Amino acid sequence: MSVTLDIRLKRANKVYHEGEAVAGVIVLMCKEALQHHGISLNMEGSVNLQLSSKSVGVFEAFYNSVKPIQLISNNIEVAKAGKIPGGKTEIPFEFPLNTKGNKVLYETYHGVFVNIQYTLRCDMKRSLLAKDLTRNCEFIVHCQVISVFTKHGTARSLLPKFLIKGHLDATNCVISQPLTGEVMVENSDVPIKSIELQLVRVETCGYARDATEIQNIQIAEGNVCHSLAIPIYMVFPRLFTCPTLETTNFKVGQ
Amino acid sequence: MMDGTDPLSMFAAANETPAMAHSTTTGDLLRKRREKEEEDVGADFVPWSSKRGEILARFTTTEKLSINLFMGSDRGKALSPGSSAVSDKVRTRLEELDDLEEGSQKELLNLSQQDYANRIEELNQSLKEAWASDQKVKALKIVIQCSKLLSDTSVIQFYPSKFVLITDILDTFGRLVYDRIWTMCSDSQILPENFTSEDVNDTAKETCLNWFYKIASIRELLPRLYVEVAILKCNRFLNKSSIQEILPRLTAMIRGIGDPLVAAYARAYLCRVGMEVAPHLKDSLNRNFFDLLGTFRQISGESVQNQLVVQRVETPEYLTLYSPAINWILQCIAYRAPEPLLTEMIERCKTLGNNALLLNSVMRAFRPEFVAARATDFIAMIKDCDESGFPKHLLFGSLGCSLSSADPPESERLTILNEAWKVITKVRSPQDYINGAEIWVEFTCRHFSKREVNTVLADIIKHMTPDRAFEDAYPQLQSVIRKILTYFHDFSILFSMERFLPFLDMFQKDSVRVEVCKSILEVFIKHQVELTRDPVILNAMLHICKTMHDSVNALTLEDEKRSLSLLIIGFIRVVSFGRDFEQQLSFCVEARATFCNLEPVMVQLIHTVNQLAMETRRVMRGNHSRKTAAFVRACAAYSFITIPSLSSIFSRLSLYLLSGQVALANQCLSQADAFLKAAVSILPEVPRLISVEGKLRSSESFLLDFINSFMATLLVVPDHPEHGVLYLVRGLLNMVQDYTWEDNSDAKVRVYIGALPLLAAMSQETFLYSVPKVDSNETLYGGDPKFLSEINKLCETLIGQILDHLKILGREEQTTRRQSTLAFSLFNVLLAHGDLRNNKLNQLSVNLWNLSHKHGHCETRFSVRTLEHIKHQAQQLDMAHLSDTVQRLALQSRT
Repeated sequence: MSVTLDIRLKRANKVYHEGEAVAGVIVLMCKEALQHHGISLNMEGSVNLQLSSKSVGVFEAFYNSVKPIQLISNNIEVAKAGKIPGGKTEIPFEFPLNTKGNKVLYETYHGVFVNIQYTLRCDMKRSLLAKDLTRNCEFIVHCQVISVFTKHGTARSLLPKFLIKGHLDATNCVISQPLTGEVMVENSDVPIKSIELQLVRVETCGYARDATEIQNIQIAEGNVCHSLAIPIYMVFPRLFTCPTLETTNFKVGQ
Repeated sequence: MMDGTDPLSMFAAANETPAMAHSTTTGDLLRKRREKEEEDVGADFVPWSSKRGEILARFTTTEKLSINLFMGSDRGKALSPGSSAVSDKVRTRLEELDDLEEGSQKELLNLSQQDYANRIEELNQSLKEAWASDQKVKALKIVIQCSKLLSDTSVIQFYPSKFVLITDILDTFGRLVYDRIWTMCSDSQILPENFTSEDVNDTAKETCLNWFYKIASIRELLPRLYVEVAILKCNRFLNKSSIQEILPRLTAMIRGIGDPLVAAYARAYLCRVGMEVAPHLKDSLNRNFFDLLGTFRQISGESVQNQLVVQRVETPEYLTLYSPAINWILQCIAYRAPEPLLTEMIERCKTLGNNALLLNSVMRAFRPEFVAARATDFIAMIKDCDESGFPKHLLFGSLGCSLSSADPPESERLTILNEAWKVITKVRSPQDYINGAEIWVEFTCRHFSKREVNTVLADIIKHMTPDRAFEDAYPQLQSVIRKILTYFHDFSILFSMERFLPFLDMFQKDSVRVEVCKSILEVFIKHQVELTRDPVILNAMLHICKTMHDSVNALTLEDEKRSLSLLIIGFIRVVSFGRDFEQQLSFCVEARATFCNLEPVMVQLIHTVNQLAMETRRVMRGNHSRKTAAFVRACAAYSFITIPSLSSIFSRLSLYLLSGQVALANQCLSQADAFLKAAVSILPEVPRLISVEGKLRSSESFLLDFINSFMATLLVVPDHPEHGVLYLVRGLLNMVQDYTWEDNSDAKVRVYIGALPLLAAMSQETFLYSVPKVDSNETLYGGDPKFLSEINKLCETLIGQILDHLKILGREEQTTRRQSTLAFSLFNVLLAHGDLRNNKLNQLSVNLWNLSHKHGHCETRFSVRTLEHIKHQAQQLDMAHLSDTVQRLALQSRT
């Protein structure tokens, strides 16, 4: 007596904005009629913080993960206890993506010490003999107005003599748009091997502040032609970047 | 779209290529217009596939190569951003992948070029396999690793070929991704050919976007670039206009590639895909080219030069490595580009240093008409070029290529030739020399007379003879001959070139020499329509044919012999000395001596001589003078001594018969007699099985045919005065009797049945046909009763033999069908040729009729038809006796 439970969102890319409704169907597939004690759907959004081992000891870091901050929580009962006929059953649902009180929805983000995640969980309770069924489904929240704060440097001079100039088109970037700019090698005594662009995030949990690499891409390989502008172009990886965030408990910056 | 293609010419272009236009039945005008805009790459655009092979053949190496693949080793960086703390799901997924590829980091060293190509092909296969088994990430990894190989410029001579091999994989990948997304779209309904992004469903779009995101996070520049270009076509699913922004971005991205060669090829690939995906976006093509020009100074830069020193590659050779890439880019730009743009390009090239390479590509890539019109300018530019960078003879080679398909202004032609030849003739290396010379031969042949071509040939001979340099240049020399043959069809002019035959003498390798001779003969046969007796042509052609003939040895294949024979026969057919028959005969004598190893040629010569005899007869209107009589006898003698040298028995037989007929027609009685006697005498030699088209088959039917036609001739052959009556007929029948026929065969009896009409015809007072001026037996014997009784005796013997055979056949059940057929055919012969008023004969025929119907094997249709025929005959005068016979012929009951 097998039964499968699945959550299918209407949007293929699973991206939602605040105020929109998260809609979809719960799909139940079973060969014969099935008795159950109620199906419920739960929407949750939370920020998980983990302390860096730099600021506290390893063990503390392991145990002391800070209590998650709940952003949104919503529960509805999809079906009361009863029977489901055999075959495929689809139960549509819809959640408004609204926060209660003064809470703010943050953009979905998977970082090292900070994780912002939104999930839908569907539970089907069953009689004592059969196990309860659970299904999780993550969806992604995009915030409407977003920006990333980025610093940039120009013309540095280190041991071998060289002069490299460059600029970024904007220091405030829209996260869905790529980071663009230019860099130009004016001269260099030593042949250049490679120019790389590193995207770093700074996460702050409480007192700990950590910078970790998100992505590193090469924009020039080999000894490039001097005084020829080389484009800087990077698409922000989805989920692993988020707009600069500052809250009382944690901060994320790039 | 910045280029100035006006709508009219675009329309014309679209009309030129109806094959490219898709269904025009959809009435949507707007859509049609868009289609035309998008598909302005017509059939006249030389596709990449045609360049591929050329590049692979040209850029080869004997150095050892290496492939360095780090499958899965740096996947953390390449594929998963945020590598240090990824979510559980991603981590498990990555671990899975690790398992797949554990330890697959490998470096293959010491590969020969062929090994290398094989490895790449293996990768191509494993890409397809991975894709088919749904391991998309593995597929992507393969592609990334492959494109990484392109950043390796060790063994630089091989780089262009490497590029070709690897971009094949990228193309495969691009196609796979495109097809996959396409099928995702086609779930609900099939997308129209000219779909837009609105027709694409969300899932497909999401998948497509995912690909692009994934690729955008590839760490290294080169793979990121190449892989994105490979799936550029998929942008169609996302957004129609985005390609307009992507192409310039990718173009700019290439600036980050430090090695100028690698960058040039990356540009070529971008242009190649760009032309395919968005041919209307010429702007980025131009941008690419200008960027390329911008990086040109790097070639003389330190890092490149150091690399060349390490790899021991000379600068000129290094520069030629660029040409496929630059040629391709320029070809894309020049395709249907307006003249001003091309002129601008040339101006830009002029201003750069080291521009010989560019100039070369310009000449190769731009329209030949464009180049030809400015040929003098180009020559001036070539002269100004820096000699050290790029050898001038290569430049002239490229110019020659353009000029061989488009004509420069008439007045400049001689100057151009002189300028070009001045440079080419100074080239030291024979290989370089012949490469250049070969190209310019075409131009010379196209526009100049035999004098100039002769000079060119003399120059080539002068350069190629020392140290037997020609041995390494056979393909080019052959191509020179081919080109000359394309333009000179008048062989009297061709052979009057003093240097033509000496030029042929340079082909000293047998196989090549025969090849060349064959090509000359082919052209000769095709274009020499008129008969000729020109001694120059004859001598030269005989020499060429002799060369071909002499190449035949015991190891020559039958097919090869046949094709050589056909060619030589073609030549012999064209030779004619008009009324000078003796000359012609002596030519045949000479030819026989020359081509004695090729049997078909011998056969043709005999036919020619026979024809000659008949021609003489025609000219003399059948009355030979003493001189002509002697001549035709000479012809007969020629045939008589030639025929025995043939090995095929049936050619011998038929030629004896034919020559006998010819001799008879020319009143050479003793010769005719000799021919026919010879034919009869070799009859026993006919084997029972002969090979026809490689299969062994029974010779019986051929033999029967021959004997029947032989007997038809015998009617008119007068008996030899010294031999007895019907000497030849008896001889033939004796041979037939003694011949070992196949077991269980009726052939002998068939011959007998066939001989009866002959004998019947001979007993007539006047024969059915006769040869003018030859007295046949009718005149010799004049119906002498002795002669007639001889014939009767002979007939009786024959009929007796036939009846004996029929009896034997009647003994066995399974042979009754044969008995019936034979009896019926004998009946028919008697009916047609016998005198049925004779009671005995009449009775015999009725018996035969009954015999043939006895076992019910007779075709009723034939029987009915025969009966009707007899009834019809019976109504005629003197045939009344037949009606009685009819009464006695019973039809077989139909049950």
